[in-house]
Amino acid sequence: MKFVDEFRDADTAHALAARIVALCEPGRQYKLMEVCGGHTHTIYKHGLEDYLPEQVTLVHGPGCPVCVIPMGRVDDAMALASEPDVIMTSFGDMMRVPGSNGSFFDAKARGTDIRMVYSPLDSLKIARQNPGKRVVFMAIGFETTAPSTAMTLLRAAAEGLKNFSIFCNHVTIIPAIKAILDSPDLRLDGFIGPGHVSTVIGCRPYEFIARDYGKPVVVAGFEPLDILQSIYLLMLQLSRGQAEIENQYSRVVPWDGNAVALRAIGQTMELRPYFEWRGLGFISHSALKVREEYAQFDAETLFSVPGVRVADPKACQCGEVLKGVLKPWECKVFGTACTPETPIGTCMVSPEGACAAYYNYGRLTRQRVKEASTS
Amino acid sequence: MTAPHGTPASPGWVEEAMRAHEALERTEEEHARRVDDEVPGGATRFEHHGSPQPLPGTVREELVLERIDRARRARPRVKEDRITMSHGAGGKATQTLIEAVFLDTFRNPLLEPLEDAARLHVNGARVAMTTDSYVVKPLFFPGGDIGDLAVNGTVNDLSMAGAVPLYLSAGFILEEGFPVADVARIAASMQAAAIKAGVQVVTGDTKVVEKGKADGCYINTAGLGLIEHGGSLGVAQARPGDVILVSGPIGDHGVTIMLARGELDIEADIASDTAPLNGLVAGLLEAAPGVRALRDATRGGVATILNEIAAAASVGVVVNEDDIPVRQQVRGASELLGIDPMYVACEGRLVAVVSREDADRALAALKAHPQGADAAVIGTVTVGPPGIVQLKTAFGGTRIVDLLVGDPLPRIC
Repeated sequence: MKFVDEFRDADTAHALAARIVALCEPGRQYKLMEVCGGHTHTIYKHGLEDYLPEQVTLVHGPGCPVCVIPMGRVDDAMALASEPDVIMTSFGDMMRVPGSNGSFFDAKARGTDIRMVYSPLDSLKIARQNPGKRVVFMAIGFETTAPSTAMTLLRAAAEGLKNFSIFCNHVTIIPAIKAILDSPDLRLDGFIGPGHVSTVIGCRPYEFIARDYGKPVVVAGFEPLDILQSIYLLMLQLSRGQAEIENQYSRVVPWDGNAVALRAIGQTMELRPYFEWRGLGFISHSALKVREEYAQFDAETLFSVPGVRVADPKACQCGEVLKGVLKPWECKVFGTACTPETPIGTCMVSPEGACAAYYNYGRLTRQRVKEASTS
Repeated sequence: MTAPHGTPASPGWVEEAMRAHEALERTEEEHARRVDDEVPGGATRFEHHGSPQPLPGTVREELVLERIDRARRARPRVKEDRITMSHGAGGKATQTLIEAVFLDTFRNPLLEPLEDAARLHVNGARVAMTTDSYVVKPLFFPGGDIGDLAVNGTVNDLSMAGAVPLYLSAGFILEEGFPVADVARIAASMQAAAIKAGVQVVTGDTKVVEKGKADGCYINTAGLGLIEHGGSLGVAQARPGDVILVSGPIGDHGVTIMLARGELDIEADIASDTAPLNGLVAGLLEAAPGVRALRDATRGGVATILNEIAAAASVGVVVNEDDIPVRQQVRGASELLGIDPMYVACEGRLVAVVSREDADRALAALKAHPQGADAAVIGTVTVGPPGIVQLKTAFGGTRIVDLLVGDPLPRIC
């Protein structure tokens, strides 16, 4: 398939892998974080880690938008959804994220009207078709999806819709990266920068990572060769002792981002003083809320949101796993209290989370490592 | 609906999980200590007398992995207190529901293999019996409708047991207000499919429910067939060294339905693959006596069938992404939607496990039939790791193809 297969060529991959191996200093371990959940998905889907030498480890970062939503926000959304005449709309991958009283799927089974949409604009359509109902869109995601929520708000305002609102849970990536960088026990050597987010915010916001923390960042595309090349570029910088921001995904990401999208976000949303992240705790200025001018579309204004706070259980060590300090199995509750069926922490929620992946395939990975070391 | 108003300190299920966790930790520690006391020199392995020193990393990792293995082997239990859509999606949740409730209640040796059709001995004759319900939306879609789907699906379930399909029943649940013309159109399409497959609809039932209680029309069909094939087919028969074939491009039906719902604003030149497979199977069984198992890759797709093979025969399965036939349109739509064609339903494709010696003959027999023109060998059965399906990706890596928990969900990011 054109524009896809070129980025999945095994021969090129072998060549890149050989160059990565050549850049490894003997005895040195490299930990690189792919910030974005989309990258984690690509790595997992194409078996990309098979190309990496044992010295290079990928740490799955906090960029999975559904995984970082704290349980309390899911509970709040459920409470909204169960208000009279409400139709809750949500992206598909939010449907299985557990709150303290189950997931959207469970709520749907109990009779709550929750519908899956592909775009927030579909929620507008539902609102138009159901004038007697109050349609709420569960807005989640980083700067990647925030523009489409912003455009939806602008459209709703232009149409003068009276029965549509959003429950805003948009988060921003930079404060999360900063929170990870500020942790005293950080063990990361560099970052594979989030490609989709960067199409909106550009590459400049990452400059502090190189300048203040001395870590290289390579903004990467989502095909497996994109990621492999980005790893190569990071290794090249590390081998030269450099720390710079590079843009591997220049075919899509403009250095200065997308001004129109940023303007739409700025027009409709503003930073919250702080927001809670599953696994990372409260991070200041890390999320967006609807601006007062658009309050008639803000579910948090229209409804009384209970503001449930469900603390991450103390034993949950997602933060450490996210920072690459702990391996999944080293977390105290891993595999007992926290399993893919009953995920307590963010790393277990998505099947591609570090802990879920280890839970499902850890035995096999270990076997493979053993076989590789004996053969 | 009991919404969580107020501020619960900690949700019940997390507390329960934490209690279970603490209990398990205690038993494991005690066990480790006992081993320590019993085995002379064991202290080098588990040095945590008195001041609790942590167990060595490798030992702890092994303990954790054992714990996971134990949890996997534990009796399946339905954790939800209500049926969710996941229970109908053909993945882990469906399997758990079937095993924990239905198999547990009805348990008998004929049901236990959980094959597409039960194999019975009736008065000296070998008979296959199956049933399936059809709730597709939309009812009419490119390439077919609920009518031919209901006939073909049951014909195929019988064929997968190695049976010659003969007789079908048809039960209709109709919604008040549903157009009679559509009922007639569906019936006509069922009859055409029955003629094509060489079966007869010999008994039936009609129920009407109030408006809003059903989605237009649901159909259940049951089928009877005669097993003339000598061997006994079943996924548990798979042996290391066997090869795995599919009879054609995968995912056509599922993607067609997704697009036909019109919610996605994507158009593609693609039609459902719904078709009777009895002719194809007859040719295959005649040409290749080494056929060990046949499955039609409906709900849950090829990935689910491969997992059933790996689990039932306690073998490994390795397939090559490059060898799996997928139409460009299906691949394109799947890339756009963020779903994996391996999990998308087919309604006219089979997966065959065949002994290595008969692999070429089987492939030739499939290709000789119009339904199997694009058949391909996609992988092999391996000694291990048991129960695990691995995919060699076109990119050159390896990934594990697990059962889905529920429906494949589109990703936003």
